[in-house]
Amino acid sequence: MEHLLELRNVSIDLPKGKRKPPVKLVEGVDLSIRKKQNFGVVGESGCGKSITCSAIMGLLSYPLTIGAGSSIRFQREDGSEVEITSLPKSELRKLRGKDISMIFQEPMTALDPMYTIGEQINETLRFHTSLTKAEMYDTALEMLKKVKIPRPEQILADYPHHLSGGMLQRVMIAIALINNPRLLIADEPTTALDVTIQAQILDLMNELRESYDTSVIMITHDLGVIAETCEEVAVFYAGQVVEQASVDVIFHETAHPYTTGLLRSVTSLGGERKELYTIRGTVPTAGNFSAGCRFADRCEHCMEICKKAPPALTEVAPGHLCRCWLHAGEAEQADKEAAV
Amino acid sequence: MKRLSQTIRDLWRDPMGRIGMLGILLVIVIAILAPMVAPFGPDKMVALPKAPPSAEHWFGTDYYGRDVFSRILYGARVSLEVGIIAVGIGATAGYVLGLIAGYFEGWVDRIIMCIMDILFAFPSILLAIFISAVLGRGIGPTMVAIGIVNIPVFCRTVRAAVISAKGLEYVQNAKSVGVKTGALLIRHISPNVVAPFTVQATLALSSAILTEASMSFLGLGIQPPDPSWGSMLSEARSIMEQAPWTAVFPALFIIVTILLFNILGDALRDVLDPKLKT
Repeated sequence: MEHLLELRNVSIDLPKGKRKPPVKLVEGVDLSIRKKQNFGVVGESGCGKSITCSAIMGLLSYPLTIGAGSSIRFQREDGSEVEITSLPKSELRKLRGKDISMIFQEPMTALDPMYTIGEQINETLRFHTSLTKAEMYDTALEMLKKVKIPRPEQILADYPHHLSGGMLQRVMIAIALINNPRLLIADEPTTALDVTIQAQILDLMNELRESYDTSVIMITHDLGVIAETCEEVAVFYAGQVVEQASVDVIFHETAHPYTTGLLRSVTSLGGERKELYTIRGTVPTAGNFSAGCRFADRCEHCMEICKKAPPALTEVAPGHLCRCWLHAGEAEQADKEAAV
Repeated sequence: MKRLSQTIRDLWRDPMGRIGMLGILLVIVIAILAPMVAPFGPDKMVALPKAPPSAEHWFGTDYYGRDVFSRILYGARVSLEVGIIAVGIGATAGYVLGLIAGYFEGWVDRIIMCIMDILFAFPSILLAIFISAVLGRGIGPTMVAIGIVNIPVFCRTVRAAVISAKGLEYVQNAKSVGVKTGALLIRHISPNVVAPFTVQATLALSSAILTEASMSFLGLGIQPPDPSWGSMLSEARSIMEQAPWTAVFPALFIIVTILLFNILGDALRDVLDPKLKT
C-alpha cells in the first residue's frame, strides 16, 4: 500500500431502532493520505468532518457506528496494514496515542484539571512504552522543549489551569507527538486561540511535522489555515466529500459552487469594503437530505436535474474531484471521448 | 486530599454546614462514648416502671423500669452503625453498577437500569421488609436489606455523572492517547462522580436511619432487649398515654439526627456543586 491511510466508502450510521434504517451522518467517503502529507478537511459545523476522524481513531461514541461496507486501512510502522473498522478494541488502543494521535479544539478543556501536566504526559508514555519514571521525566522535558515551552521543569509540575490557552495547545501537541506517531489528526487546533497564537501554533506544527515525518489531517473551517498548512484538501458538505484537490487548485480553479461560496465568505484585508458574502440557508440535518444534490437548495446554479438525482464524485481534471452536475457533463463527455 | 480539607473549610464557612457538622459530630461522640456517659446499663431495670423524668432519670423510665436516657445513648450506636454500614453496602454496589452502566451504555446499561427501576418502583420500606423477611431478623439482615434498598439511587446518581463526564474533552483526549478503560474510569471519570456521590451518601444516611427505625418499630429490625430508637418507639406505643416520655424522646432523637444529616447534605451540595458557586 502506497498510502498511509485509506478510507474507502466510509459511512457512519446513527441507528434509529431495529425497524427503521439508520441515518447516514457520513456517506461514501473516500480519502487517501500519503506519508508525510498534510491533508486538509474543510466544512461547516455538523458536516461530518470530526466524526469521520473519530472513526479513524476508532473512537466513535455510542450510539454511532461505522456503516457496512466501510473500510479504513492504516499502514503501521513495520509496513503491515490494519483494517481499523474490524480491529479488536485492545489493538485499537495500542494504535491510539502511538501510531495515530489527536489534537483537540479546546486546549483549556482537553486536559484533566485533576492532574499535573507531567502526569498527563506520562500517561501517554506509560501505556505505549516501558520507560522508567526517570526516563519518562526526561522524555517529557525534552518534548516540552521541542514545542518551545519556557521553563519546562516548572510546567511539568503545573496544573492545566496555571497555563494559558496557547501554552496548553503546545502541551497538547507535545502529548500528541511524544510517541512519534505516523498520523496526527488535528481537530480545529487553532479555533479557540487568538490570531497571533494561531500563527505560532501553525508554524510549530509545520516545523515539527517535518522533523517527525508525520502525516497530518487538519480539520478546520478556516480556509486561511488550509492555505497556510495543507497540500491537499477535501471539502465536506452534509456528510459527503463534495470537492477534493490540491490546495492551489481548490483556491484558483474552484469547481463546486459550495467551495466557491466558502471562499467568497472569507474576509480579506485591504480589499474594497463590501458586505460579506453568505451562503443562503443552512446545512440540511442528517436524515433530511433531498433526493438530488444535497446542496441544491442553497446553490446559485441549481438546475432541474440537481433536485432529482444526486451527482457523483467525478474527476473534472486530473487529481481534481467534484460532486456537481455542472461538471458531471464535462466529465462524462470526456469519458466518452476517451473511450472513442 | 487538598480538596477534602478545602471542602471541610467551605462547609465550616456555611452556617448550615457548621450546624450539620457539629451536630453529627455530637451524635457520633455520643454513640462512641455511650458506655462511659450513660448513667445506667441499657437493659438494666433500675427504677420503678414508667417513672416520669426526674433528676435521676432525665428522660424517665420505660415499661420495664429501664432508663430511657441511657437506652437512647446506646441506641445512637445502633442507628449510626446500621446507617453507615447499610449506606456503605448500597453506595459501593450502586457506584460499581452506575460506573458500568454509564460507561458502557448499550444493552449492559439497559439491563442494569431495568433492574434498578424495578427496585426503585417499590416503596423503600416495603422492599426492606420483603428482603428482611427473606434474610431473617436481626441487625445483620437489616443492614443488608437497607443497603439493597439504597443501591438504585446511588446507581442512578453515579450513572448520570459518568455519562456527562464521558463527553468531557479531556476524557476523550485520554482515550485518544490510548489510556486503558480501567485507568480511564478511575483516574479521569471518577473524580467527576465524587461530588454528587458524597451528597447522595449524606442524604442516604438519614433515610437509612429512618428505615432502620421503621423496621425496628415493626419488629423486623433490632430485636429486644437491644435498644434502637425505632424499637424503643415500638415498645412505647402501648404505654404512650401513661408514659409519653418513652415515645417522645426517642422520636425527638430520630427527628433531630435526620434533620442534621439533611442539613449537612444540603450544605455539602451547595459547597460541591460548582454551578451554584458565584
